[in-house]
Amino acid sequence: MSAPTATATAASRSLAGDAWRRLRKNRMAVICGGVSVFVILACMFGPMIAGWFGVDATSIDPELGVTPPSAAHWLGTDTLGRDMLVRILVGGRIALGVAATATAIALVIGVSWGAIAAYVGGRVDYVMMRIVDVLYGFPTLVFVIVVMSVFALKSIFWLFALIGSISWLTMARLVRGQVMSLRHREFVEAARALGAKPSRILFRHIVPNTLGVVVVYATLSLPSVMLYEAVLSYLGVGVQAPLASWGTLVTEGSSQIIAYPWLLYGPGVAMGLTIFALNFFGDGLRDALDPQTRKD
Amino acid sequence: MLRLILSRLVGGVGVIIAVATFSFLLLHAAPGGPFDAERALAPQVQRNIEARYHLDDSLVTQYADYMGGLAHGDFGYSLKRPMSVGEIITTHFPYSLTIGLMALLVAVGLGVGMGVIAAWRRNTGVDYALMSMALLGISIPSIVLGPILVGIFAFGLGWLPPARIEGPASYVLPAMCLGLIYLGTIARLARGSMLEVLGQDFVRTARAKGLTERAVVWKHALRLGVVPVVTYLGPATATLISGSFVIEKLFGVPGLGGFFVEAIVNRDYPVLSGVLVFYVAFLVMLNIVVDVVHGLLDPRIRSGR
Repeated sequence: MSAPTATATAASRSLAGDAWRRLRKNRMAVICGGVSVFVILACMFGPMIAGWFGVDATSIDPELGVTPPSAAHWLGTDTLGRDMLVRILVGGRIALGVAATATAIALVIGVSWGAIAAYVGGRVDYVMMRIVDVLYGFPTLVFVIVVMSVFALKSIFWLFALIGSISWLTMARLVRGQVMSLRHREFVEAARALGAKPSRILFRHIVPNTLGVVVVYATLSLPSVMLYEAVLSYLGVGVQAPLASWGTLVTEGSSQIIAYPWLLYGPGVAMGLTIFALNFFGDGLRDALDPQTRKD
Repeated sequence: MLRLILSRLVGGVGVIIAVATFSFLLLHAAPGGPFDAERALAPQVQRNIEARYHLDDSLVTQYADYMGGLAHGDFGYSLKRPMSVGEIITTHFPYSLTIGLMALLVAVGLGVGMGVIAAWRRNTGVDYALMSMALLGISIPSIVLGPILVGIFAFGLGWLPPARIEGPASYVLPAMCLGLIYLGTIARLARGSMLEVLGQDFVRTARAKGLTERAVVWKHALRLGVVPVVTYLGPATATLISGSFVIEKLFGVPGLGGFFVEAIVNRDYPVLSGVLVFYVAFLVMLNIVVDVVHGLLDPRIRSGR
């Protein structure tokens, strides 16, 4: 892309190589990255593996009922005798799926919004960024709650779309800043001199150069989207039965904290650990890609 | 300064009108009405109910009535409870406000303290420990933390009541739980801005004229270092509202958030839109206050944009 040194000899360092070196030095961030990957893989393949042992998330065993963690059921069973570990892994698919999809939607909106505002500039930029400012001070999650319940939206796709539609504000600001600094660079002038259309210059030449920031912020927005999902599910307008997410599992567990604490601890730890790991990894990634933001 | 306040006021009124219109239209577009019953009502009864609540007027007339009422501070009547929306707000908002203020106090007080100490002792064990705690605080959802805190402090140690508001001690757990959501973010913000401020010339001047390190950090640097935290308070209060929905449900607090959730379930339109408009008006006012405080802290902002 626009690395300062074009000569890629063994001695020169590429931007990405430099970042990778810095990231590896931050051992905690690497561990957290590993934990995130592990959680994702476990949620993807865990239920399948459990299936080979004849356990799945829906196999009810009323005879067994609720049992504390044991050798047969590592994280215990719930009131219907379902294995908690498998339920958590299956719930993780939904939680991670919501996070990934909503973040992707937020990415598309935020990147386009910020890039267009910065590139067009002037009054358009002012109005577009004022809208972002106003929405920042807004209880946007409240609007999602109202819309979800007023229109009785039970489908999970609405959940993706609505959470995505409120999570793009910071992305728009970051991308705007990046595009501002890029739009008068030589390679942009060159593209313009060659007669490229503004939309092509913006989305083929400028936006790809903002991807570093975008990737970092996407990593950091995954955990906050997971928290949104949990809040919505807790209030009963998020993920609906028969689907279960970490949010709904925690909600179930929180009502039985005294009698059956493992019903809360299992999904609670899964959620907290994943969010922590993603946050820490995202921080490390940001420090590695842009050492100046650390300011020390 | 006055110009800044005036322009923000005008903008704020615009936002409130936009939100009122939005919520009016949204709730009218909603499928299903508050008087939908299992059994169809007799047509005459249906008409009487609709006439009672002016649901048979044209949309424009309803909108004009609604906006005119709002301008007089009249939010209309609840469809499900024998109360006006204004009464609901004045009775139940104080609970939410108390908990929210206590939560902000906890978050800002502890958060800024943690951030300043971490920046002061940067890249030491103290810094890493404080910042890991901050990140942990951001990462644990309140629906997990709340029940655990109740388990420890209410049922385990028996120090605090587990739920409901009966006396001052009842506020401690909800306020703590709500404040912890912001503590981590504020601590990280404060650390970042303090690091920047501590490298500036006026701090070097303060050190050079022989002030103690404590006076330099807590008096001179903090005044500027706290500016991003103040800026964050606007958006933080907005999320504080949705946070209060969860916390009030979790702890059985009779606050406005709980009422809002109940109104959603009941399709109680006037309560929904009234409380929504009230929340937004409250936030708009608060954001203006934040702007003013901002100007007082940082002279460069005072002259306007």
